[in-house]
This record gives sequence, C-alpha cells and structure tokens, in this order.
Amino acid sequence: MPVQAPFELEKLSNKEYILNMGPQHPSTHGVLRVVLKLEGELVKDVFPDVGYIHSGVEKLCENRTYPAIVPYLDRLDYLGAVNLEWAYVLAVEKLCGIQVPERAEYIRVILAELNRVMSHLLWYSAFGMDVGALTPIFYAFREREEIIALVEAATGGRLTHNALRIGGFRNDLPKDFLPGLSRFLSSFEKKVDEYEALLIDNVILTARTRGVGVLDPELAVNYGVTGPSLRGSGPAWDLRRTAPYSVYGKFDFRVPVSEGRDTWSRLKVRMDEMRESAKILRQAAAALPAGEVSAKVPRVLKPAPGEAYARVESPRGEFGAWVVSDGTERPYRVKFRSPSFSNLSVLREIAVGCNIADIIAIMGSLDLVIPEIDR
Amino acid sequence: MTLPLKELLYAPAAPLAAFAAKAHALWAARGLPSSVLDLLFQLAIAAAVSGFITVNALFIIWFDRKIAALMQLRKGPNRVGPFGLLQTLADTLKLLSKEDLNPRGIDPLAFWLAPLLVFIPAFAVFLVIPFGDGLIAGDLNIGILYILAISGLSVIGILSAGWGSNNKYSLIGGLRSAAQMVSYEVPMMLAILPVVMLTGSMRMGAIVDAQAGYGWFAFMQPVAFVIFLIAGNAEVNRAPFDLPEAESELVAGFNTEYSAMKFSLFFLAEYTNLFLTSAIAVSLFLGGWEGPFLPPVVWFLLKTYFVITLLCWARWTFPRIRVDQLMQFSWKYLLPIALANLLLSAAAMKLL
Repeated sequence: MPVQAPFELEKLSNKEYILNMGPQHPSTHGVLRVVLKLEGELVKDVFPDVGYIHSGVEKLCENRTYPAIVPYLDRLDYLGAVNLEWAYVLAVEKLCGIQVPERAEYIRVILAELNRVMSHLLWYSAFGMDVGALTPIFYAFREREEIIALVEAATGGRLTHNALRIGGFRNDLPKDFLPGLSRFLSSFEKKVDEYEALLIDNVILTARTRGVGVLDPELAVNYGVTGPSLRGSGPAWDLRRTAPYSVYGKFDFRVPVSEGRDTWSRLKVRMDEMRESAKILRQAAAALPAGEVSAKVPRVLKPAPGEAYARVESPRGEFGAWVVSDGTERPYRVKFRSPSFSNLSVLREIAVGCNIADIIAIMGSLDLVIPEIDR
Repeated sequence: MTLPLKELLYAPAAPLAAFAAKAHALWAARGLPSSVLDLLFQLAIAAAVSGFITVNALFIIWFDRKIAALMQLRKGPNRVGPFGLLQTLADTLKLLSKEDLNPRGIDPLAFWLAPLLVFIPAFAVFLVIPFGDGLIAGDLNIGILYILAISGLSVIGILSAGWGSNNKYSLIGGLRSAAQMVSYEVPMMLAILPVVMLTGSMRMGAIVDAQAGYGWFAFMQPVAFVIFLIAGNAEVNRAPFDLPEAESELVAGFNTEYSAMKFSLFFLAEYTNLFLTSAIAVSLFLGGWEGPFLPPVVWFLLKTYFVITLLCWARWTFPRIRVDQLMQFSWKYLLPIALANLLLSAAAMKLL
C-alpha cells in the first residue's frame, strides 16, 4: 500500500494540482515516486514516496553466513559497490579482531576510489540527461568503460564486483592492472576539465542551477545529509579525512568543499572529487606494498557475541554497517545506514518554491541511488 | 521531345512556363475551362511538395541522427540500407503497424485533430519556399506575412494535443509550447523586418533576388540573422528550447499519449519545421538559391542543410533552458536587441 501524500485533494485550491512523478519517470533514476503539489509550474510541496523496491536486504542478511552477505551490498548501491562492501567487511573485521594486511588495504583504497570515479562519472552523465544535455553521457561513459575494464580484470565483475573478502582479498591484482591504471590516469584529469567545461560551466546550466535548491549547512547536518551533497554546502566532512579508516590517513588529498550551498556547488564538488580521487589513486599505486592480500581467516567465521559499527565515505556520503553477533555463523542483526536516504529526506525542505525543472536538477544533484534508499 | 535537362536544373522558370502555356493551349483547343487545368496544376504541385516533404523527412531524420552520432562517438544508424539511409523508412513502417491507442478520458476531437493541426501548417508554408529560380509553388506578394501567419497556427495543434490527452504532463507541455511560440514569434518577426525593409518587398522571390551577387543579408544584418536562428530554433521546439516535450521533466510533453500514425505525424511535423526554419533562414539571410556553378536547387539544399547542421549542433551540445528563463530570454534580451537592431537599420537606411 503506497504511502499517501500528506496533502489532500479536497484541500487544494483551484489553482493547485497534484502531479505524480514516478515511480516510472525518466528522471527519478529508478523506482522512486515523488508526489508534487503544483501551481502551474511552481512546486508548492514535495513528497518523496520511497519503498517501491524494498527487498528486505537487512532481514536476508540474518539468514546468511558472514562472508555470504558481501554480494548483497553490491545490490544496494550498484555504482559504488566496493565502498559499501568495505563498510560491512570493516564491521565484521572489527567484530572478529582481524588485522588486514597492508597490501590489501591499499588495493581496497584503489578499488574504492576507482568506484568513486565510476560513480561520479555516471552521475555526471545522468545529470546531463536530467537537464536535457544528451551528449555528455557518451563522453563520460568512455572513461567509465576504461575503469570498468580495470575493475573487471581485478574482481571479475563490472558493476556488482563482489570484490572484498573478510580479511582482505581472494586474489591479488592481475599483472597488468597497475600499468592499465597509470595509462588511465595519464589523461583522466584533462578529460575531467573538458567535461566540466562542456556541462558544468555551461552558461545555461549555470543559470539553471545557481541559487536553486539552497541547502543551509545547519539544515543539512540536522537531516544527516552527507557526502558531496553536504560538502556543497560548506562543511568539510569527509570520513576519509575526519575519521580516517584503513590507510586513508597516509594520502595527501584535498576535501573539496563549496560555499555556494546551491545545486551548482554540489555539481562542482563532485567534479573536484574526481580529480582528488585521481590523486589518491596515483599515490596508492606508487606506494602499493608487497605481501599477502588476505589475513588468516577461519573457514567458518563465528565472531564472539557483540556488535560493531563501521562507516565509510561512499560516493554518495556516509555509509554505515552495524553488525550484531550472537556467536553463531550468521549475524543476529545487520543494519545499514545509507546516505541517499538522508539526502533524499532533505528534498522537501529545499525544493519548495522552485519549478518542475528545478526538482529534477536538485534530485540529480543529490545523486540518489534508489535501491540504497529502499534497501 | 527531349527534356531540356540542363535548363530545367539551372533556370526552370522558362521551360516550366513554356510547358504550362503549351498545356493551356492544348486544353483550350479541346474547349475545356482553363480553371480546371489550373486546379490540376495546383494538385500536381501539392503532390510534388508532399513527396518532397516525405523523402526529405526520411533524409533529415537520418541526417540529425548521424550528426548526433558524430558528436557522441557513435556510429548512428548504419544497418538498414546504404549508410543506414533507410532506417527512418523502417521506423515509419514500424510506427504505421503499431496500435493506435486512445487513452481513457481524452477529448476526442482535440486529440484527433492535434496531429493534423500541427502538420498542416508545416505543409502549407512550403507554398512560398523558393527552391530555385522560379521553383516556387506560389510566389505570394505577402510571402513573409503568410509564413508567420501560417506557422503560428501550429501552436493550436500542440495546445489541443496537450489539452485533449487528459494527461498532466501533456497539458504542461502544451501550455509551455503556447507560451514559448507566442513569445518567440515576436523577436522572429522583428528579425525579419529589416530584411523586408532592405528589399522593399515581402515576396520571397524578390528577397532572394535582392541578395544576388553575394549581397547576403546575413552580412548586412548579422544580429537579425542570429536572432532569427535562435527564435526559429525555439519555434520548432528543439533543444535547448525543447521544453514542450522535455523528456527528463515531462516524459514526452504534449505527445506523451500519442502512438502510431498520430505520433509519426508529430514527428514528421517537427522535422519538416526544422527544414522550413532553415530554408527560410537561407532564403532571407543566406542568398537563397544563389550560388555559382551548381544548380540553384543544389545550392538551396546545401545551404539549408548547413543551417540544419548548426541547429543540430546546438541541440546536441546545450542543456535545456528553464521555462522562466525561456520567457526572460525572449522578452528581456531578444526583443530589445531585435528592436534596437530594427531602429538602427531604419536609421542607417534613411541616412545612406
């Protein structure tokens, strides 16, 4: 039974009407329903109705052994899969007290950052489509395809990588991975500059997104908005810097922020983040230590009763995994904290008063992935 | 009788007139009224124009897709026929074989008439398009006025499509279109006026003749040319002005509920309008069919496709403009600039 929108038909003035955007709509990026109360083209109220592809992942996890849960994380955020796997794996490793070899940590950083770039490139393409520019997708996908080929060589999967194991990796990186990575990085930043000039700095797009969907930092923090969407409003909150996990403390990179607070600032932050990810990738590839890629992990994992929470900076923001063990080989409870859910919840605050086209741009700038919202 | 092929290609006015005179003489010899023959001639011209529209639409859609593919690192249609030229034909046949859906709650008259109301003006404007020296279906002395008046009618079709579909997306699309076309007709008209002033005639043939010898109005009136291109692009509802069908916002805008033949009429009208806008731009600003060596028809088509390429380039590069900015752009920028340009040209003509 879908949730009823909080505005009733009888209470509409004769100028207002309700528009059901989604669950099947080209720009809601999946099965998201957004109920709009409109006056002409003016948005008087917004109500995002989530849950259309709720799949009960958290409940499913209670019936899986610890290692068998990893692939489910890929299905939540199919664009930043490695980051999500990482949060869960980190939590289990914390629970079991497993020390991951340094080489594995570096490889995780490389894969996670590649994933972040992949995700941002897809966001760039999709955002272009949202605002009516149909060409950027083809350029961004050229770069994205190169990354996918790299990650596929390393993990075997193009989108749902199932890359991480508790304790490290199953296999080391393939021989030609690092040369391929440096080949990719040699031209990547130049391409990002071009893409930024093509779409983000375009005069029409700037006019459309400047001053639209203004998100105050206090409001963002109150709603738990994280990731680039938060950093577009000012706070330099990036878990890779503020609460470094793994080996992120060793890298020299900038946390891009913008004081603009509007839709355009969020776009700019994401473009800058791709450049910073390239920096991290370069450093990680140069400093990649030799050694094992996996810790000694028992075949059947039975953590002692207890709980652990771990969080990572996914491409969309703070992703957290909370794992409770009751001493058996299956978790007692798993809970995920997904960034898109919090990011979407702020929509109602920032989108009222704009018009239909702006709603699309604002949702695009929040970079929503629906399965991650619905879980 | 051998056909004077070369003459027909380069200067068809004389042989066509000779043919008409001969036919009239033969007709009169049989004692038949000449008005019937005139009607037959008109019908033949209409048939020729509709044949041209159909074949040209097949080509122009292919052309647009190839341009898009070129810009988007793709190959574009390349399977059906040589270079994929017959792809549009295959698509059209597919559309014809589709079920003609009538959604519940439509306003049948508005819904059914809309595609025709959009297509007929596009068809009718061809009357005054000079394809070559003397190759003009009817060189009206109010050619420009006729173009503006008739092409302005298509907004009724789009509006009735939006209203009749019983769909909120369609309705928003239709209303957007009405606002857009009314707003952009004004600067478009003001951009054409200097050309009319320079020529002293509204007759399309006379305007082309006035540009003989490379006195193209695009050089004399660059501002008007650019304004005409922008406003013309807005008139045909193509990106960055594709708000009436803005896919990412309104699903498909005014033609959301249309399928099969009715949809293909909208589609045909859009591309025919694209050709028309370019053809009018060529006739008014780029010297029409004038050009050395090649036959006038070839020059005309070459120039028209050049303008089409420009419009496609814009379409595949820019993001969509927002509806309030669309209005502002027309009324706050294009209109004052066009007015200033008109005043300046008038002053310059008085002084020189």
